[in-house]
Formats: sequence, C-alpha cells, structure tokens
Amino acid sequence: MVYKPSFGDRLFDYINYILLTLLMLSTFYPLYYVFVVSLSSIGEIAKHGSLMFFPRGFTLEAYQSVIANNYILKGFRNTVFYVVLGTSINMIMTILAAYALSRKWLMGRKVFMIIIVITMFFSGGLIPTFIVIQKLHLYNTIWALMLPGAMSAFNMIMMRTYFQGIPESLEESARIDGAHDFQILFRIILPVSMPIIAVMILFYAVGHWNSWFSASIYLQNRELFPLQLILREILIQGRISDMGGDTSNVAHQVAKNLKYATIIVSTVPILLVYPFIQKYFVKGVLLGSLKE
Amino acid sequence: MQGAVSELDPVPSVVPSAGRSKLQRVKRELNRGKYVYLMLLPVMLYYLIFQYLPMVGIVISFQNYAPGLGFFESKWVGFKHFIDFFNGYYFWRLIKNTLLLNFWLLVFGFPAPILLALLLNEVRSALFKRTVQTVTYIPHFISMVVIVGMIKDFVSSDGLINQVRDLLGKESIAFLQLPEFFRTIYVTSDIWQSIGWSSIIYFAALSAVNPDLYEASEMDGAGRYRKIWHITLPAIQPTIVILLILTIGNLLSSGFEKILLLYQPLTYETSDVISTYVYRKGIQDSSFSFASAVGLFNTVVNFLLLIIANRISRKISESSLW
Repeated sequence: MVYKPSFGDRLFDYINYILLTLLMLSTFYPLYYVFVVSLSSIGEIAKHGSLMFFPRGFTLEAYQSVIANNYILKGFRNTVFYVVLGTSINMIMTILAAYALSRKWLMGRKVFMIIIVITMFFSGGLIPTFIVIQKLHLYNTIWALMLPGAMSAFNMIMMRTYFQGIPESLEESARIDGAHDFQILFRIILPVSMPIIAVMILFYAVGHWNSWFSASIYLQNRELFPLQLILREILIQGRISDMGGDTSNVAHQVAKNLKYATIIVSTVPILLVYPFIQKYFVKGVLLGSLKE
Repeated sequence: MQGAVSELDPVPSVVPSAGRSKLQRVKRELNRGKYVYLMLLPVMLYYLIFQYLPMVGIVISFQNYAPGLGFFESKWVGFKHFIDFFNGYYFWRLIKNTLLLNFWLLVFGFPAPILLALLLNEVRSALFKRTVQTVTYIPHFISMVVIVGMIKDFVSSDGLINQVRDLLGKESIAFLQLPEFFRTIYVTSDIWQSIGWSSIIYFAALSAVNPDLYEASEMDGAGRYRKIWHITLPAIQPTIVILLILTIGNLLSSGFEKILLLYQPLTYETSDVISTYVYRKGIQDSSFSFASAVGLFNTVVNFLLLIIANRISRKISESSLW
C-alpha cells in the first residue's frame, strides 16, 4: 500500500516543522548571542545595542582579560580537580553499590535497597546536614563538597538495572574457576557496561562542574572556590572589581563582553564532552530506571 | 525454603544438605557474600553518616539548639518553632508563593516535553529529528549560575528583551525588580532549560512502540490525529503518570538553587518560597532550630503530596510508584 499524504497531513507537517524550527532557534539564539557579544568590541556593542547576529568589531580582548584574571584561572583549576576527584568517588561508590545490589542471591539485599531508596524521598534537610558537616570538621575543606553527595541513589538504580540485564551465563564459568566478586566485577561486568559507565561519568561530571551551592555554604577560603562561585560574583552579583572595571557606562559594557566571555570559557569544556556520549542517552538507559 | 534458595544459587558446588540448621545456612550465605558485603561497606557508611545522621539531626527542630552542643543536649521546646512559623508574618506568603510557582510550573512546564516528544515523533526526517534533539538538550548542561546570569542580563534595562521592546516602540521595563514578572520569568526560562532533556524519557518510551501498530491502523484508515491519540499517547501514558507523581512529590523543594540566584528582596513578595526562607533563616541568620523546623514542615508536606498523588494514580490509571 502506497502512502499518500492528504492535504491535512501536509499542513500538519508544515506547521510541525515550523514550530520545531522556532523552538530550535529560541534555544540556540541566546547561546549564539552570548558567543557573538563575547567576540565584539566594547564601543560597537554600545553603538549597535543588544540585538546582534555577527560579532561587531571583532576582538579577543574579553578573552584576554578572562585569561589574565587570577581568580578565574584558580577557580578553573579547582573545578577541574573537584570534577576529577568527585566523579571518581561517585563512580566507585555507584559501581560497588550497583554490583552488590544486583546480586539476586545476596542475603539482606532488600534491606540495603530500602535503606538507600528511603533517602530519595526523605532527608534530613539543609540545616541538619549543615550541622553534621560542621561537627565532622569538614567545614571549609574540599571534603564538604566531595562527601555529602558521594553517590546518587537514582544513578545507582539505573546502573543496577543495567547490571541485572547482563546474562548470568557470562560470569558462570569464571565462578566455577573460583573467581571472587571483585574479579567478576572488574573482568566481566565492567567491560560490557561501558555505555552506562560513560553516561554516569557524564552525569556526575556535569553535576560537579556546575555545582555552586555547597561551595557557597561550606567554603570560606577563596583559594578553594570553584569556578561557579567566581562566576556567581561576576554574573549575578555584578562584582567586577577584580577585573579592573569601574561603574561608568563604558565599564558596564566592558562587563558585558567580559561576562559573556567568562560564560563561554566556563561552559564550552562541558559542552565539548557531550556529543560523544549523546548517542547513549536514548538507548533505554533512562527507561530502565523508571521501572523500579 | 531451602530448595528455593538453592534454585537461585548459580554456584553448583554448594548444595544445601537437608539437615542443616538455619544458623548454619545464614553463616554460609554470609560467607558466600563476603566480598559483596565488603563492597557495600563504604556505601552503607556513607548513608549512615551523610544521610541518616542528618535525619537524626531533625530533632533540633524540637529544641533550642545551641551550636556547641550535640543533637540531644540542647533544651527541648516541643512544637514551639512550628507554632512560631505558622503564626509568623510570612507564613501565608511563603505557602502561596511556593504553591503558585509550582502550580504554573506544573501547568506549563510538565506538558511541554510531552508535546515536544509527540511533535518530534511525527517528523520523518531522521536528520531534522536529531538536530532538534541535540540543540534542545544543550541548556541542560549549562550551569544554573550561567543560566541565571544570562536571564539577568537579557531582561536588564539594556538587555536583549528590552532592546526588542525598544524596536517595537515600547518602554523598557526593569523586569527583575518587579514582583509581578517573577513567576513568568521563572517558568519560561525553566521550560527553555528543560524541555529537550525532559523529553528524552518520552522518546525512550516511544521507541518501544511496535511500528506494525501504526501500519495496521493506517490500513484501517486511521488519520494522523487518531494514531497519536490511540497509539502514541497510550504508549507513553505510564511514563507520564510516573513522572507526574514524582513531580508532585517534589513540588515544594524544586527550583531552590535557581530561585536563590534569581530573586532579590524587591521581589520577595512573589519569589520567596519555603526553601529559600529556610536558607536565609538557617544559614544566614543561624537560627538553626527554627529553620530546621520549617524545613521539616516542607519535607513532610512533600511526602504527603507524594503519597496522595500515588494513591490517586493507582485508583484511576493503574500506574503507580508502589
């Protein structure tokens, strides 16, 4: 049977394509605009106003100022360190828990699972957690950023679902040869779980890269500040004194292309990773977690 | 019982003999799982210290907590802080703001990704589909600080929005200083941020639909809308219901970080919600016990909402969390 589109069908298609294109443009233009302004010169931005489609008076001076700013550089270094250390802790914890809780024969498995799931719906809340961190003398140390979120129950369940889908026959012969669980995890389970591991690393790494709130309540020492806290000062609180601006109108425009350059510098690294992992997103990875 | 255990047993060498006592069986099971328990050790320690210890700490809601003391050493005051909060000047404003903000988010923000998934499902060109997906996922990866920084800049008096208003011959408005615009800005930007990413889960559900179903209904002369209504929507209905329950169960605590970055004292009238109030009282003013009590109230209401939503959904749609 040959498919023949009716007039109504074609009209639907046209409207559909127009709507989706508009959605794409409204998502993309603000980001593109930030990029364009970051490459424009101060005087030209002031002359042409905000609506721009190409860099006006192309210049890299905003980026030079960003790179010359010590706080941004230090924040960048701190953030990279937090991402690497934090994601490593997250992955170790998540993999260990997911492996353990995917062993159907494990005595007490249900109890452990319940202990974890409860925390998805009920928690001590901001203030008691804050007090616990203080009492443990973690305040103003990097461990206040690394430990309280050492594992996400949601991600663990996703990974457990994936592990449960691995056929048991794969590990059987290793068991007969006397392999213990650590060997089975590292030699058999992990090598076939690379898609879910890639997605998890991305989720955790993005989380650490973008995190600012714990740092804002637990850190006082500026030397430890992650990039996002420095960004908050520049973008939200408008504190540009560190960057050598004053409060006249020209200085405000300086802040504008500088602001946008800091946005680009802080956002592009994470966006570069994302296309490599995108293909795994839809592959039922997220769906599995819902069935729990 | 022993038979059932041995059936699950993938190790053929261990066969339980009939006469063994329960204690011996437990011992054997513990021994068998010894490495797995070792793996769980750091996980359970983490949960004990960083999840359950704070839960114990909730007791300070019923005390006048003095920072130098332990969780159980301060003076007990019963429900004093709760009563203070309920009778306080800001109570109704906080309730109203929290509910209204989340209500509009639910009304506009929740259906948006479903609509996107339905529309994209009708697109035949795989390239176009992938492009739309890739572009709409991007905002999810941008940090909240940057998003709010962009919002603030775009709606500022010389920002993008006011430039466009200027072109249309309209006066510039200081959007972020006016309480009446807060919810609109919040909800609109939230949809912008999350529409693409939230639709992934619906795509996943749609990819499980058997294409034969569409073909068969075409044979029967079903048009586009009937196919959407009778095949596509029923396919994602369980996913919609479960996400709706989860959203409702998270209603009072969502968006905390974004509001904290976006609001200012001028707009507290519409923007101050329970969680931001807890933050100001607890972290900024160090009224630990009072703030903890308000936070506990928030958690309990959230939990009740979750239970109610789950119960209703189990009755009318047969999909539920438990």
